[in-house]
Amino acid sequence: MAIIQRSAFVALACAFALSFIALPALANDTLTLKEAWTRATPPGATNGGGFLMITNTGDEADRLTGGSVSGVGKVEIHTMVMDGDVMKMRELPDGLEVPAGETVTLKPGGDHVMFMQLEKPFEEGQMLDVTLTFEKAGDMSTMFMVQPVGATEPKHMHGSN
Amino acid sequence: MTTLSAVRYALWALLAGVVIGVTAAALGLFPGAQKGTVSGTATLGAPFTLTAMTGEPYSWEPATGAPHAIFFGFTFCPDVCPTTLYEMTTWLDRLGSDGESIKALFISVDPERDTPEKLANYLSAFDDRIIGLTGSREDIDKVAGDFRIYHKRVELDDGDYTMDHTASVLLFKPDGSFFGTIAYGEDAETAVDKLRRLARS
Ligand SMILES: [Cu+2]
Repeated sequence: MAIIQRSAFVALACAFALSFIALPALANDTLTLKEAWTRATPPGATNGGGFLMITNTGDEADRLTGGSVSGVGKVEIHTMVMDGDVMKMRELPDGLEVPAGETVTLKPGGDHVMFMQLEKPFEEGQMLDVTLTFEKAGDMSTMFMVQPVGATEPKHMHGSN
Repeated sequence: MTTLSAVRYALWALLAGVVIGVTAAALGLFPGAQKGTVSGTATLGAPFTLTAMTGEPYSWEPATGAPHAIFFGFTFCPDVCPTTLYEMTTWLDRLGSDGESIKALFISVDPERDTPEKLANYLSAFDDRIIGLTGSREDIDKVAGDFRIYHKRVELDDGDYTMDHTASVLLFKPDGSFFGTIAYGEDAETAVDKLRRLARS
């Protein structure tokens, strides 16, 4: 009887510990997504880059691995590098790491969320409801504001300023 | 004459021969080397005929009489190409009438996807002075080679692909000689200044 009681207690303790480990990931409270934006696409363009700031206040690194948005065939995580005067864009097959305690900024000319196979162009002023997928935090949604073609930074993000 | 002095004469003769030979070689080679350098710069770009976004043939040759800004890209490009096109639009805008004589050519390095119609549609978002050009793969490779533009197809998954390519804008004077480049991400003031000087060249 004592043995059964003890193993039941151990099982309960384990379940409690497991739920504790799983909880922060489900709650997504270690990652904050800010200033998400993209650019209006020229007529007929089939893809565009998305940019944002991701802050990880947790103790563990996470990874942005992909996402989805309606009207967009697929979403990948890419990087762009200049090799001398040559532009090279590559998919990051393992996604983009967001180290513990750090903020990662995706911006033009560097890492970006790649929206591919657009059904119709992104239009200035439009808001895109994007779901981003993280290895640990799971799916998180955020609104991407469509800035003008050629915008280099997320202007007018806060309305009042 | 002793054997020793004969050897000495022979050595002097040999030395004189070497000196004369080296001098002659240097004199002979120097103009050649210089000529090579000069023609290397002058031959950036060569006459070509491609297809304009209107569907009409478009020919370029060095001495066009108009200053040219020539750059290469592709419409599938999500970042650098629309940025450069947008910047070119704002630079030309800022130049106002100063920039009226400048012709801007956007040459596709992805002719398989960039049809004249696709280019016309895409470029309608930018300055009308920008002329989109495409052509056969062979013609594009030849033109890119003549302008020393690196380009390479890189596969992404699911059959998609991107193009690595030189992102600089090449500037040519009205007489066809090379004026300089505007690098990707170059400061707008510097770029506008270069275009202004190009327009007056
Ligand atoms: Cu990309």
